[in-house]
This record gives sequence, C-alpha cells and structure tokens, in this order.
Amino acid sequence: MHGPTSIMPLRVEGLSFEVNGRRLLTEVDLTLDRGGVVALVGPNGAGKSLFLRLCHGLLTPSAGAVRWGDGDGRRAGVKAHAMVFQKPVMLRRSVGANLTHALAAAGHGRAARRRRVEEALVRFRLDHLADRPARVLSGGEQQRLAIARAWALDVETLFLDEPTSQLDPAATRAIEETIVMLEGEGRTIVLATHDLAQARRLARRVLFVLGGRIHEDAPAAAFFTEPKTPEGIAFLAGDLLA
Amino acid sequence: MEVAGFLAAAAEIFGGSIPGFWPIVGLSLGVTLTAVALAALIGMPAGALLAVSRFPGRTILIVTINALMGLPPVVAGLLIFLLLSRSGPLGFFGWLFTPKAMILAQVVLVLPIVVALTRQTIEDLWREYAEHLASLDLTGIRAVPTLLWEARFSLLTGLLAGFGRASAEVGAVLIVGGNIVGHTRTMTTAIALETSKGDLPLALGLGAALLVLTLGLNILAFGVGRVGARNAG
Repeated sequence: MHGPTSIMPLRVEGLSFEVNGRRLLTEVDLTLDRGGVVALVGPNGAGKSLFLRLCHGLLTPSAGAVRWGDGDGRRAGVKAHAMVFQKPVMLRRSVGANLTHALAAAGHGRAARRRRVEEALVRFRLDHLADRPARVLSGGEQQRLAIARAWALDVETLFLDEPTSQLDPAATRAIEETIVMLEGEGRTIVLATHDLAQARRLARRVLFVLGGRIHEDAPAAAFFTEPKTPEGIAFLAGDLLA
Repeated sequence: MEVAGFLAAAAEIFGGSIPGFWPIVGLSLGVTLTAVALAALIGMPAGALLAVSRFPGRTILIVTINALMGLPPVVAGLLIFLLLSRSGPLGFFGWLFTPKAMILAQVVLVLPIVVALTRQTIEDLWREYAEHLASLDLTGIRAVPTLLWEARFSLLTGLLAGFGRASAEVGAVLIVGGNIVGHTRTMTTAIALETSKGDLPLALGLGAALLVLTLGLNILAFGVGRVGARNAG
C-alpha cells in the first residue's frame, strides 16, 4: 500500500513492563510482519492491552525495545500506526470535527483535511452523521468513527484493543467487516480480543498471552485445531485461566 | 426609607435624570469585563498547562493558587497601590487612580480563580483524553489547545465566578482607583460612598443595577453553556 518503504516489520525484543516491582509483561520477543490480522487472545489481565500500548508507544518499557522496520515507525515525522481503544475516545465535537482534529494533529493542511474527512465519512458510512455530536452516537457508531479516524490518518498499522467487547452482534459484525476491509488495503492489524470466535474469523496468526508472556505463537488454523500447550487447550475449551 | 422613595429613585436613576449614572455603569462593566478577559487569556492556558505538566513544587504552586482565590481585595488593592505609587517600581506607568490600575487590580483578583478552576477542569478531562491525545502525539503543551476547547462549557462557569468576584469587590478599586467622579467611580465604590453619605435610594438603585447586570450575564452564560453542551454531547 505504501510502496517500498514500510514501517513494518515490528520487532519486539525482550520487552518487559513492571509497575511497583510487579511484572506485568515478561521478556516478549516476536516479529510482526507486514499485512494481515494478528490476534492476541488470552484471559483478562494477561497483558494484551499492555502489549498494544507498549508497541504504540503510550507506555515506556521497563526493559527491552520495540523496533519498527524503518527505525521509528513514522512517515515524514508523523506516526504511521494508530490505536483504537476498548471504550472509544470521542472529543466533544461533531463526527466530522473529530476526524478533522486528528488530521490537524498530524499536520495535514486545510484542503487535505476536508478531502480526507469526506472520504472517511463515506467509506465508514458515517456521512449522514457528520454534523452529529460524536458523544451521542451509539457504541458501534463511535467505534466505527474511532477506526475511521485511524484510517483517515492513513496509518499502516492499527492496534485495536478489544474493539467490540462492548458492542451488540450487529455492531460487532460491522466492525469486523471494517477490519477485513483494512486488511484488504494492505494494512497490518494487531487485535486484542477475548472473543475466540472473532479471532477465528479474522486472524491469520494468533498470539496466546498468559501471565504476561506470549504462551503460544502460531498460525490461526494451527492454534485453533492443535494448541501446543495444556494452557492453550484449557483456554480453547473455555476453562478459566488465572 | 419607604418603598415609594426607592421606586422614585429607581425611576430617576434608570430614566437618566441623575447625571453620571450610566457612565458609572459603563465604567464598571468596562473595567470588569476587560479584567476578566485578560485573566482568561492568561489564566486558561496557564491552568491547562499546570494540569498536564509534572514538575517539582507543582503541588505547592497549586495550593498557593487555590489560597489566592481567597485573597482579600483590600490587600490586593494595597499591593497594587504600592507597586503603582509614584515611588513604586511600576510608578513610571502613571496608572494610579486610572481605570488601568483598577483593571490590573481585578486581574490579580480574578486570575487565581481562572487558573485554579481551569486546572481542575482540565485535569479531569486529561484523564479521559490522555491516551488518545498521546496517540496523536499531542502531549504536554501540545495537548493544551484541544483540552481547552473540550472544556469550553465548564470553563465558562469559571469565568462567571471570576466576573462575580471582580464586579462585586469594592476594596481594591477604591484604593487604586480613588473613586473619582466621572473617572474612576464604579458601581460598588459609588454605593459605598452614597450609603455613607446617607443617600440610600441612590445606593439601592445602583445596587439593583449591579444585581440585574450580574443576573443577566449569568442567565446568558448558563443558556450558552446548556445549549452548547447539549450540541456537543
């Protein structure tokens, strides 16, 4: 999508994170290649969100490093990866103004902003809501706007943190279609989810996170048919893991 | 004093038959609105910056600013008087006993309110928006414009509190303004003077005018805040 220069692959080396001496993430090593949906699955508190935040640069690792293929994960100084949160963060402005704000923050000029906002509104079927205050939208519409905001920035990689956990099935389906579309555009999606069916539907590769470690790292088909570890088997069987 | 006397006085005052009434109202409003505008211009960005930054001594600064919200106007007036008096460090401005001195005094009184309320409001918003804004590379001072705009309706309340303090105070403007007829006489200093002279109807009339102005402005701001907040969700 972005020609020969890509911020991928993302190399995570010995990544650890601790708070007040408590280790929440321990020596994660992995490489994420360009393209496709990678699902992080695992029980609550396993460290999925933490991992996304560290990769996105919202948190500073206690040890180890996050290395982007191009060095800093930026194009022309602007972050080429974005994050969508479990509870969508909406500014107290209209839908259109929420998009404009993100584009302005990334340094786009007035004309480019207007064009890009228009494209995003149409693409994500939000055009009829453009002038509506973003905070009165339904949960599903807000999450769609949050993803549209990342798309408008034309980021190469998206970190999605449980984007559908608070949505009903119809809204969830709409978000999943959006994810497939983003993947089809050649973007890389890193998706944290506790919805195994969703991971099965979308992911090409699965990272099973448990107790702050990557417990299994496998192609999705392999993980779902033949998990390698007893914990993986238990997790797929629906047993709660502490 | 009888009701009839008060009504007659009110009719006289608002009818414009007492010379100098409308200039007094105009000056009061001009001084106070200018002071609030200046305090907003300085205090909102400062308060927002204080909300999003962490540095040694921050807590002490916050407590000091909160304490300054209760600074007695006469003390503020005295300090400004000393600064602006002919032999004071800012005496060369020649501002003493002019509306400029009164504006300065009111800025000093209003600024802590604006900074403290802005800091509180923005800090609450910051909790909600910090990650999203950091994701957009808007950290520290770069987050301030967004946060101020997001807080616009709450900040209006802070400005009203500032306006209330400035328009109601008499001590500071009396000391630095001097209550000179047609030059630095405001509604509050005129009320104080007329009361001590025993001209209660005039004092009451001015008091009523002050109340009406304050009430009107509050209604306006409340309406704007309500409508705006509903439209912004």
